[in-house]
Amino acid sequence: MFEQYLPIFVLLGVAFVLALAFMALSRFLGPYRPNTVKLKPYESGMDPVGQAKDRYSIAFYLVAMEFIVFDLEVVFLYPWAVRFLDMGTGTFVAMTVFIVILFIGLIYTLKKGTLDWDMKNFKYEALKK
Amino acid sequence: MESPTALVSLIIGLPLLGFLINGILGLSSTAYRSKKTLIGILANLAVFIPFLCALTLFLNFDSESAAAFAHLFTWMETGSFSVDIAYQVDQLSLIMTLVVTGVGSLIHLYSIGYMAHDEGFWKFFAYLNLFIFAMLNLVLADNLLLLFLGWEGVGLCSYLLIGFWYTDMSKSDAAKKAFLYNRVGDFAFLIAIFMIFETIGSLNFEVILTSLEAFSGNDIFWIGLLILIGATGKSAQIPLFVWLPDAMAGPTPVSALIHAATMVTSGIYLITRMSPMFVMSPEVMMIVAVIGALTAIVAATIAITQYDIKGVLAYSTVSQLGFMFLALGSGAFTAAIFHVVTHAFFKACLFLGSGSVIHTMEHVEHKLHDKGKDVHFDPQDIRNMGGLRKYMPSTYKTFLIATIAIAGIPPLAGFFSKDEIVMHAFNMGFGEYAGAMYFILWGVATITAFLTAFYMFRLTFTTFHGSFKLPKLINGTEGSEEYLHESPATMTTALWSLAGLSIVGGFIGLPNFVSKTFGGDGHINWLHEWLHTIAADIPLTLSGTAEWALMTFAIIVAAVSVYIAYKMYGNDQQEESDAWIASKFGPFYRVWKDKYSLDELYEGAIVHPTVNFSDKVLAVFDMKIVDGFVNAIAGTVRISGSLLRYIQTGVASNYALFLILGVILVLTILLF
Amino acid sequence: MNYLLDLQSFLPGIIVAVAGLAAIMLEAFKKSANTSFSVTIGGIAVALLFAIQSLYGEAGTAFSGMIVYGGVGAFGSVVVLLGALFCVTISREYLRDLDLHNGEVYGMILFSTTGMLGLAVSNDLITLFISLETMSICLYVLAGLMKNEKIGAESALKYFLLGAFSTGFLLYGIALIYGATAATNLTEIAAAAQPTFLFLCGTGLLFVGLFFKVAAVPFHMWTPDVYQGTPTTITAFMATAAKSATFVAFVLVLTRMLPSSEIGDWQSVLQVVAILTMIVGNLIALAQDNVKRMLAYSSIAHAGYLMVGLAAGNEAGYAGVLYYLFAYTIMNAGAFGVIAYYERNHGLDFTEIDSYAGLGFKVPVMGVMLSVFLFSLAGIPPMVGFIGKYYVFAAAVQAGLIPLAIIGVLASAASVYYYLRVMVYLYFKEAHKEYSLKTPGFLFKWTLILLAVLTVYYGVEPVLPTSSLMELISSYYTV
Repeated sequence: MFEQYLPIFVLLGVAFVLALAFMALSRFLGPYRPNTVKLKPYESGMDPVGQAKDRYSIAFYLVAMEFIVFDLEVVFLYPWAVRFLDMGTGTFVAMTVFIVILFIGLIYTLKKGTLDWDMKNFKYEALKK
Repeated sequence: MESPTALVSLIIGLPLLGFLINGILGLSSTAYRSKKTLIGILANLAVFIPFLCALTLFLNFDSESAAAFAHLFTWMETGSFSVDIAYQVDQLSLIMTLVVTGVGSLIHLYSIGYMAHDEGFWKFFAYLNLFIFAMLNLVLADNLLLLFLGWEGVGLCSYLLIGFWYTDMSKSDAAKKAFLYNRVGDFAFLIAIFMIFETIGSLNFEVILTSLEAFSGNDIFWIGLLILIGATGKSAQIPLFVWLPDAMAGPTPVSALIHAATMVTSGIYLITRMSPMFVMSPEVMMIVAVIGALTAIVAATIAITQYDIKGVLAYSTVSQLGFMFLALGSGAFTAAIFHVVTHAFFKACLFLGSGSVIHTMEHVEHKLHDKGKDVHFDPQDIRNMGGLRKYMPSTYKTFLIATIAIAGIPPLAGFFSKDEIVMHAFNMGFGEYAGAMYFILWGVATITAFLTAFYMFRLTFTTFHGSFKLPKLINGTEGSEEYLHESPATMTTALWSLAGLSIVGGFIGLPNFVSKTFGGDGHINWLHEWLHTIAADIPLTLSGTAEWALMTFAIIVAAVSVYIAYKMYGNDQQEESDAWIASKFGPFYRVWKDKYSLDELYEGAIVHPTVNFSDKVLAVFDMKIVDGFVNAIAGTVRISGSLLRYIQTGVASNYALFLILGVILVLTILLF
Repeated sequence: MNYLLDLQSFLPGIIVAVAGLAAIMLEAFKKSANTSFSVTIGGIAVALLFAIQSLYGEAGTAFSGMIVYGGVGAFGSVVVLLGALFCVTISREYLRDLDLHNGEVYGMILFSTTGMLGLAVSNDLITLFISLETMSICLYVLAGLMKNEKIGAESALKYFLLGAFSTGFLLYGIALIYGATAATNLTEIAAAAQPTFLFLCGTGLLFVGLFFKVAAVPFHMWTPDVYQGTPTTITAFMATAAKSATFVAFVLVLTRMLPSSEIGDWQSVLQVVAILTMIVGNLIALAQDNVKRMLAYSSIAHAGYLMVGLAAGNEAGYAGVLYYLFAYTIMNAGAFGVIAYYERNHGLDFTEIDSYAGLGFKVPVMGVMLSVFLFSLAGIPPMVGFIGKYYVFAAAVQAGLIPLAIIGVLASAASVYYYLRVMVYLYFKEAHKEYSLKTPGFLFKWTLILLAVLTVYYGVEPVLPTSSLMELISSYYTV
């Protein structure tokens, strides 16, 4: 059964060898003049020193979750939207139900103040105490 | 005849309803308890209406009618085993139902007066109704299991009513004693039921009695013997009769109803019901007859020595039940039922009469206490009485009538039934069926008949004739005869009704040979005709002359006995006469007075060894070995439980580890 | 209009889901937990009616074979909905006292119930997985209701971590099964199944996922911690409805996916796990001093008895399991209900067995009912628990698994100790100090009384005799 996976192993091997080869080439061909700044890890311009465990406002997480939900909705909707004419009414109704449920969820979160960034309106007991 | 379901439902249902109403209302409402008139009327109706229903059924029935069935519902059904709540109305069950409800009604009526001042009035009537319900189940059941239900039910009621005044230790002990002795018999009866079911797979009387050929001779013998043991428990025969005299601890109406007229006759009913089976085994018949005759004479001899008015009557009951068993064993099932009926009349009358006497004696004691005199005497001791006929004429007259009836003086009820029994015993001495043993039994029966007349008249004379002795015996009771009084009308009504029945009751079973002698067709014994489809009687083969001779002899014996009793006790000579008998019979008299030491015998032979064995061996075994074993297991389990707890560390990663171990376990089992 | 018929066949689930949406919207707009409560009760009751109706209707499959309707599925739905209904009715008063009473709780219960209903009718591993997750995620949230208490946070976190872990196994198992048979539909898998390494591993891991949810030993470790840290009435919900749903799914998997014992020795797996579960569950329960924790171990032990029915692998066994679930739901909801009543009087410490001393006489009706439920859990006739145990053990004997039945009966006998121990404290110990208990509320009290009456009634008169349940099961093979 392993014959059919052989190309994958070959590909893995080639990739490994190629990567090694390129790193070796740059090491031997390029100039190498290290200093303190150059040896630091690259962190998109932020200072990499500090506590790894940092506390963020809970609002970030809430928004992040909402984002994921609606992001995935789009992923789900997209293939259907392309072919919905071929799929018939049943699918259309199902998708409508799905969107409506998500919409209800959105209303609920809005009403609960999840997207409200003003800390005064936060209703979380943990913060109040 | 049309289906009797409606009437039977009433007959069975009303006593139960009466029990429920009086029981539940009495239990839940103290206000209800004080409404004694209402309680009494309800309880009486609950018995009297069934009596009328039974009478209706009776009038629609004749001696040739086939049994009618009232199927109410199926009680239980598992596999091939099915038991119905179903009742069988036939000639035998009708007779029994009439006796139970008829005598029951009169005793209920009597109890209103007798129990009027008792706090447990409502409870008493609830129990009485429950008893009637159970008794009717017993006599009307169409199968053995339903009969057994009634059988146990009457046992329970008997227990409850003997111990009615349960705060008195001796009375609750008597109740326990009755219950336990009955249990011995019930156990044997239950085994007999098992054996019958094992053989033919049904408990229905009709099925059993039509498939008797399915039983081997051996089966018949053992089943017969076990049923007999059951009957000796309930009907107070040797060896299980010792509970009945103690059962007199209950209120007197209870003694009259349960321990004289109805419950104790259920053994006789059962054997009569099963009579086709019994006659198949001459050996069992012989045992029945011997037990009956022996019980009759043993109880009669004890009765001579008793001073307790109810005690004499109790031993007399045991003795009369012995007569009935002798009848059963002599193949005279009709005669046995005949004696059940007549005995119910005169013995209930006697007990109620004694109750009336005790009532007035207690009244005397209370009055004396009210006067501030601190005197105590036994209101049941006949030595304290005497001359009561002046003060309570109705009680005296009815008591005397019943005494004449039991003594066997014609034409009162007891004469005919007892004569028929004695004659059958004599008859059994001939022929192929049995043997000369029955001549001996006849002799025993005749002696017992003599003794019966003697001790009954001793009782009557000592109680009612002569002079009132209490003031002479006990200081402080002078002039107490002014408190003696006749009982209220509800009580005397019952007494007179029963006395009347004691006079005429015998005419349902007139001896056939009398008719033949005077040129009749020989069918004047109505009861015999009535029961001929059910009771498997062994016919009389004696000649008319022999029968006349036997009857004349019986009358002479009874008359002589009464005369002797009158001479000895007729006029205040109780003390001297008893002493004279004691000196004449010496050691015998002591044995009689000690009641043959049966209680002591049972105590020594059964109770003590059992208690000792339990105490010395079983208790030790139980504590050391059984308990030790159980405790050891329990300890091990608990300890392993505590050890296993340590797996539960509370650390989530440990949990995950166990999860992985589980995965490995599952896959290992699956793959290898 | 095949589509509408499909929808109709899952009507109870849809009704419950809509009720759930309504419950949280009402909370968001009206801030009235009571209205949510009413909607919840109404939704479950209506769903229950439809489920009962479909119990008497015909059986079949819907959504292109993704779910089944009628038969076992309908019975499972009825049991789940009964469990949910009873737990909700006893929750209001209890949650109010804990200051946790709000619409979201009911929303979560309803969404979870939707998942359970899907689980009880799943005919496809995908349906099974999605339903299981719908149920579980809501339960994780419910487990953390007491989020301000340490014990509550611990409960939710442990449940979530281990639940996610086990879900991994489940999903991996499904993937392997798909790899082996190229199907996720249960009947299609049964048709294509061969006892290959891949398929056996897949089945094993699928079983592990299910074992975890029903709290079978050694996958039970989360149970005591979670049950203890969850509000008691919610624990009742987890212990009855969630367990019932998973067991019904288990029955579906066994009857439809593995109808032949030639495909793998899963019966041995069930036997071993059943034995472990019964022994460990009962033994540890013996040593517990906290009544709630004791009931958690007892619920593990009961999963063991249920597994005996599964291990029997015959129709009587499956029928026994279904009846047992019904019995278990009634008596366990009742037992947790009374515990909740005692607990809310004096805070969490009131679940220690010492604090039960003399409680039986304080509010007699509660003491009597707790005794009834515990007797039933111990399997003492004439309670419904006895009938349930009788059915599963009888099925095991019928299947020739006599040692298994004997271990079951012995374990059950040992269990009498810890159930009766509670009663000993209730009635035979002196109360430590004088205090009086609150009067139970009307709805709360009468729900419990109803449960107690049912416990006795179905013990005396098992109106769902094995025969009609057998018909359900066998009607099922032929679909």
